Amino acid sequence: MMNVSLIINGETVTAPVEPRTTLADFLREQHRLTGIHLGCEHGVCGACTILVDDEPVRSCILFAISCDGADIRTIEGSNSDPVIAALQDAFTEHHGLQCGYCTPAMLFTARDIVNRLPNADEDRVRLELAGNICRCTGYAGIVRAIISVLEVQRATIEKRGN
Amino acid sequence: MKAAKFDYKKTSDLAEAVTALTSIEGDSKVLAGSQSLGPMMNLRLARPDRLIDIRDLEPLKAVTQATDHLFVGALVTHANIEDGTLPDVTRGMMVHVAAGIAYRAVRNRGTIGGSLVHADPAGDWPAALRALGAHIVIDGPAGSREIRISAFQQSAFTVTLEEDEIVRGVRLPILSDAARWGYYKICRKPGEFAESIGAYVYDPPSRVARLVLGGTEAAPLLLESAAATIAQTDGTRFDTEAASKALIETGEAFDPFKLRMHAVALQRAVAQAYST
Repeated sequence: MMNVSLIINGETVTAPVEPRTTLADFLREQHRLTGIHLGCEHGVCGACTILVDDEPVRSCILFAISCDGADIRTIEGSNSDPVIAALQDAFTEHHGLQCGYCTPAMLFTARDIVNRLPNADEDRVRLELAGNICRCTGYAGIVRAIISVLEVQRATIEKRGN
Repeated sequence: MKAAKFDYKKTSDLAEAVTALTSIEGDSKVLAGSQSLGPMMNLRLARPDRLIDIRDLEPLKAVTQATDHLFVGALVTHANIEDGTLPDVTRGMMVHVAAGIAYRAVRNRGTIGGSLVHADPAGDWPAALRALGAHIVIDGPAGSREIRISAFQQSAFTVTLEEDEIVRGVRLPILSDAARWGYYKICRKPGEFAESIGAYVYDPPSRVARLVLGGTEAAPLLLESAAATIAQTDGTRFDTEAASKALIETGEAFDPFKLRMHAVALQRAVAQAYST
């Protein structure tokens, strides 16, 4: 066992961990952050995506011990994130989820699109979502939700510019 | 789907990392972005006794431009490159290749050094950097050495790197304004590992013309004579039939399905290079 220090949803935590424990398992099992979901455990399904140092990453293929000093955000700690809030409302309005298994991770990827690619069109949104698999919705509602948030953001920026 | 037990060591000292690789008993592997090694360990395809975490090695994060090359440190991530943070010495090719690797969440951690050393035949950097003619800078107990990428890449998942060596970074040539490049990746879904990659680089002033096939079951394959012909004819006669012929002439065995796919990837890469 080794000690790892992380900031988890704003709280500094130091805890013992086995090197082989993934960041996902460490957060889920030691800290009950079960909004992180496991699908494939090899980085392709996207269900485990959380924020590390404000960027979306795959928590299933990172070892917790290698994230010493990192600033971690899971969906449980995202209540005051305005982009996540806007996306959650949009997902509700545009039917962007059914079972919800892909949703926390989908929100983090969507947040990355909204923040990093403010001028994204539908094709670009779909491209950026390629790494988050959804088995329920067929993606249409998810894409509509993200575009609606992008459009509001663009309109707000345009209004401010005038 | 959980990794086997291993020991973990992190160091910010390059000499210490190099020493640690062979000085401690057991099988050690270098950990950088964890985006290739993580899945392999979860699937238990890799079971090292120890991981040496090199993410704090500052010399491997350097990006320095000289008159005739750009040094890109091994720890530079695909996202760094995708975002255009590097000086553009390849006329946009590096950005284009980076953007097609896996997904943003993976690109945020995956490194160019890791990709090259992992040497997955279906990976992007091995083929792209082969086409660019990069050099690999390697650190070991005896100091630093440099090797052409053609000598570095041996076969699938196999590179010329001793157990006690670490890749420090790559040296990229600076393409002239007259250079052309094309990079075409065939995969069923964006970001997936490639079924086939065609990569073409032509730089008239330095008389360089390279046509590379990736996505084989071995190291990236250079099609030397085909590249020369393409350069001489401005790519006008390189259709899929010509590409197939070039592939057959290499003497490598391709089944009809793969042959077709590879021919299309090569033809589209060349077409892209000459489309402007």
